[in-house]
Amino acid sequence: MGLGGLFGKTAPGPRARKRADRGILVFDTTSEVIRAEKALKDSGREIRVMGPPPEIRRGCDLVVEFPLMEKLDVLRILGEAGVSPLEIVPVTGPLLAPVNLFQVKDFGDYLMVRAANMKLTVDKRDRTIVNVSGGGCPDVPYIAARLIGRTLDDGPAPREIGHTLCGYALELAYEEMLRLCSP
Amino acid sequence: MLAVVGTIPDPAVPVLDGPALAEGGTLTVGGRPVPPDRGTPALLAAAAAACAFLGIEPPHALLVGDEGLGVGSRALYRHLTEVLPVRAYSTLAFHYLQPDVDWHNKVLLAVLAMRERPALVADAGFMYAAKMSGEAAQYALFTPDAGELAFLADEDAPHPFYTRGFILQEEGRAPELIRRAYEHDNAAACLLVKGCTDRIADRTGVLAEVNEPSEEAMEAMGGTGDTVTGMACALMESGLDARAAARVAAQANRYAGQAARPTPASQIGELIAHIPAALARALEKPA
Repeated sequence: MGLGGLFGKTAPGPRARKRADRGILVFDTTSEVIRAEKALKDSGREIRVMGPPPEIRRGCDLVVEFPLMEKLDVLRILGEAGVSPLEIVPVTGPLLAPVNLFQVKDFGDYLMVRAANMKLTVDKRDRTIVNVSGGGCPDVPYIAARLIGRTLDDGPAPREIGHTLCGYALELAYEEMLRLCSP
Repeated sequence: MLAVVGTIPDPAVPVLDGPALAEGGTLTVGGRPVPPDRGTPALLAAAAAACAFLGIEPPHALLVGDEGLGVGSRALYRHLTEVLPVRAYSTLAFHYLQPDVDWHNKVLLAVLAMRERPALVADAGFMYAAKMSGEAAQYALFTPDAGELAFLADEDAPHPFYTRGFILQEEGRAPELIRRAYEHDNAAACLLVKGCTDRIADRTGVLAEVNEPSEEAMEAMGGTGDTVTGMACALMESGLDARAAARVAAQANRYAGQAARPTPASQIGELIAHIPAALARALEKPA
């Protein structure tokens, strides 16, 4: 029974919200699915292999469902296992794509880039990262503590130390900042 | 009592369950120092400062170390399901936690088992899970920023990272996005939308706007959203309803920012010190 029932409301809406925080990994071949399944299970991830939803037109006849919030970490595990997905999509909307719009604000000596819910601010004079703002996943404060005070040249990229979708969004802001601050 | 649930960016820290005390710029939880530099510690430091100013008991903290793998968050969720049914909190705020719908629902069931149901506040990762669960209406207050409001307004997005492009994250469109979030039951009873203009809204629309004084640099500072949420929680605990608490907190955050004279490189600790005086000014300002 869903919480909607427990709270005495009418039946939950048509969308399957129970698995709303899951994503789908699409692979070219079944053997890649098997390798991905092993690597992710060995890492302790809660995953399951299933048939693809009808919206997905690419890949083989199996997909891997995984905790979407841990996308950045899952990509790192798959990369180490030598297998890369064709696509990564949310269960709630297999046609949804990551944000690709950036908002840029120039404060004079400082430049801020926002991607989705993440903001990154750099001192243009010496390329020092001075602030990280926004986000909601626990790796945001973790990444912020390791980026602030470092320059774009000597600090780690968010993708190297982040684990979640917020970390991924910050990586996009970081890459856009690198592009904007390139000579 | 106000209780705050969240994470700190040190995976070695176990579940902490104790009072949060702020003295001389230092925050301690259960006697353990917690630097209030960003995230949940910034929220807690602001809440503790506000509670002290308002003359109410300090917030209780339920924290855990988590660097984004979710291990700590899940340990804290488990702890909450065990202890909440026998706790007495009047305001309960959830913050930086790994979004997980299953655990969100278990924690909400534990809240329902409490003798007196607290007013629920959610921000950051737990707000994402609350929206995804379809149970946003159980909450008294959400405190999204512009990007998060767009996520609440997009009924299909499982995270702000997947907010669809046609739902533009422009401040001028906030009233439209607020309406859309309520249409799909993805908003709390009250929303405090943080931005260049802070908007307090409910299902009927925007109730109040706060946009002065304006310190442009605060948009870049990490933690400014956390401090406003922390003050709103303390004000709710002091007896204000969520709408009034949100308005006063938004105003006080601006006064504190003005007093701190920040640059885009300023850190949130510079603002927290000004919270008591800022709250005094904001509470005197007519609604």
